[in-house]
Amino acid sequence: MVEEWHCSFAGLIVEEGASAWQLRYAFYGEGEASWVHVLVSAPLPEKVFPSVVEWIHAADWHEREAEDMFGVRFEGHPHLGDFVLHDDVWQEGVEPMRHGFNAQTAMHNRRPKVDWRPRRIVHEPGAFIMPIGPKFSGITESVHFLLETVGEDVIRSSTRLFYKWRAVEKLAEGKTVEEALLLAERFAATTALAHGLAFCQGVESVCGVQVPPRARALRVFLAELERLRQHAGAIQEICESTALVVATSQAGLLEEELLRLSGKLTGHRYLFGLLAPGGLLCDLSTEACRETLKRAQNILKRLNDLERRLSVSSSFLDRIEDVGVIPAQTARDYSLVGPVARASGLVRDLRRTLPYSGYEACNFDVPSEREGDGYARLRVLFAEARQSARIMEQIVTALTEGEVCRAPRYRSGAALGWVEAPRGATFHWVRLDEGGRIARYRIVTASFTNWHSFHLAAEKFAFQDFPIILATFDLSVAENDR
Amino acid sequence: MSQWVLKGLRTGIKTTVYPRAAERDPGVTPGLPRGGDFGAAAPAIVARCLTGALDQTQGVISVDSRRCVHCYRCVRGIERPLNWEPTYEWAGAAAQPTQELGQPFRNSTHILVVDAGDCGACLNEVKQLNNPYYNMHRLGFFITPTPRHADVLLVVGPVTDQMRFALEKIHQAMPTPKRVIAVGACALSGGVFANSFACANGVADVLPVDVGVPGNPPPPLAILHGLLVAVGRKPPDRTELAESQAAPAQP
Repeated sequence: MVEEWHCSFAGLIVEEGASAWQLRYAFYGEGEASWVHVLVSAPLPEKVFPSVVEWIHAADWHEREAEDMFGVRFEGHPHLGDFVLHDDVWQEGVEPMRHGFNAQTAMHNRRPKVDWRPRRIVHEPGAFIMPIGPKFSGITESVHFLLETVGEDVIRSSTRLFYKWRAVEKLAEGKTVEEALLLAERFAATTALAHGLAFCQGVESVCGVQVPPRARALRVFLAELERLRQHAGAIQEICESTALVVATSQAGLLEEELLRLSGKLTGHRYLFGLLAPGGLLCDLSTEACRETLKRAQNILKRLNDLERRLSVSSSFLDRIEDVGVIPAQTARDYSLVGPVARASGLVRDLRRTLPYSGYEACNFDVPSEREGDGYARLRVLFAEARQSARIMEQIVTALTEGEVCRAPRYRSGAALGWVEAPRGATFHWVRLDEGGRIARYRIVTASFTNWHSFHLAAEKFAFQDFPIILATFDLSVAENDR
Repeated sequence: MSQWVLKGLRTGIKTTVYPRAAERDPGVTPGLPRGGDFGAAAPAIVARCLTGALDQTQGVISVDSRRCVHCYRCVRGIERPLNWEPTYEWAGAAAQPTQELGQPFRNSTHILVVDAGDCGACLNEVKQLNNPYYNMHRLGFFITPTPRHADVLLVVGPVTDQMRFALEKIHQAMPTPKRVIAVGACALSGGVFANSFACANGVADVLPVDVGVPGNPPPPLAILHGLLVAVGRKPPDRTELAESQAAPAQP
């Protein structure tokens, strides 16, 4: 299916039913193969399933996560264990996502074993391991890297994630939709609106509610404002990683201005508290949107100026060109998403292929590059920022008056909500029970998908390229760890 | 290279007037609910709060800002909205500071930022302090990557179990005197991640906290105020932080 229909793997959703397991392998593609769900069912005592990683490499981390969370085993998987639940913190036999596990159980004060070691290390004369993290550098998220080297080049890199695992999927269970929305917005708040939107769309599909046109349009407007801001932030990080001080400051100014713009328009700099299932919690004035658009276009002009200056700064280009290369085949094997995939020639954008919230009526391009290196990813970010402003302009021009929320009547069922978040395709699986409470919440984020391939980009390059490669991937640890 | 020098010069000075004067640009802060006498409308407002930040006795609403996660449910979609103040000088200090930093640290403070399970927003707001709008270097605040050089430990996030050990080790590795700042609702009360098997209800469960900055996330100016409070250059807005260490979060 992946080979013939060119489908991408969206995610594995494991659900523990009353008497049986249900494993849902979701794939998405284009045209007729828009959504393919493959269901595997087995009675509850069964704990062993065949692994699919041999054919679908992108399912690798999904199976490892399911093994940690539910205690189900995947026969044929080469590397299970010590993934979400770190072996040095959690004892064996803890299966937190099982219904029998109480999320309020106090399990604090476990002492980690200090002697944690990776499973495999390079054995060669002169081999050296450079451990980085979980706390490293100035202001960074917590993640642990092991860079193994003989000399200057990194020959093997491994990433240890989930230091920030807050068990969001488990915490959501049993909560009302309103309460779960707070979690959806806040587990990865640099792209809060995208995640909130995916969650709301999932709930709306379950309840069969039609979101009013004005709310749909405003959601798109806000989503593009968030994309513009997030991309400006990513560009700032890339400039910072190459130690180009003035460019870092310039991009920093633009990011802060976009944060203030969001704050002025909506009250919150990260667009919290706007979404509600069925629409928006409050209306935004058309006049304010028009004003926001004008300021955003001004910021975009300066962003374009920054791109032009960067494109002729040879010291900058030397550091970013031909580093962290992800070939197109790798992008396909890992089902990569977002600007990272599009910079490697895997052109897939959910706003285009599986449009939602009125994107089908918007006129925009999906920028892409072929090289798959750091500079290609930077160019995609700049180009996407331009498209965001273009979409915002169309929305404001066509904005009609009307109500902004049609409150849904909650009913039982399950549905998938998806959005093209700034970092790429994001999927939220929501199952509601008869009382309208969350029975299962599964989040597949763009960062989770893209972190999977990150170690490949870091290998074969010099030590000093590592921070630059990391910055060009624009990965969020919070989004991955959940 | 000269193009960058010229570009930088031509941009001019963008830095905020704070703390010399108040910064008034709209969008610098989401504000915080302040409460007050709301009479018969109070129960309806309090009922909208999903995190237990609001409470009322006889119509007078009190706000526990450590629990406010800026969901705006007490302002939006409600007949009589709660009053929000667009301030940012809202950092609180513990009634009894664990260690005074003293005069030598007032104008030169090295800060170690630790992410203990933060969603990215608080960390991004701390990062903004380095951009020209806030430029915290002018006030003598410097970010350091190593605990050995750090005077102040700034923690964001509710402290996940898997970061707990690292956080304790970092705190132990810092030389005395040292102070701890908890930034954001999650670091103060666990926020939306409270009462979970996977993380603590804030930094106070793990380390003694000297200064707390409410907000979800607190805007850069609020964090700046928190830093100024930590080194004794600004008075704290409140001392309710002390209670957070005694009172467990409501389930």
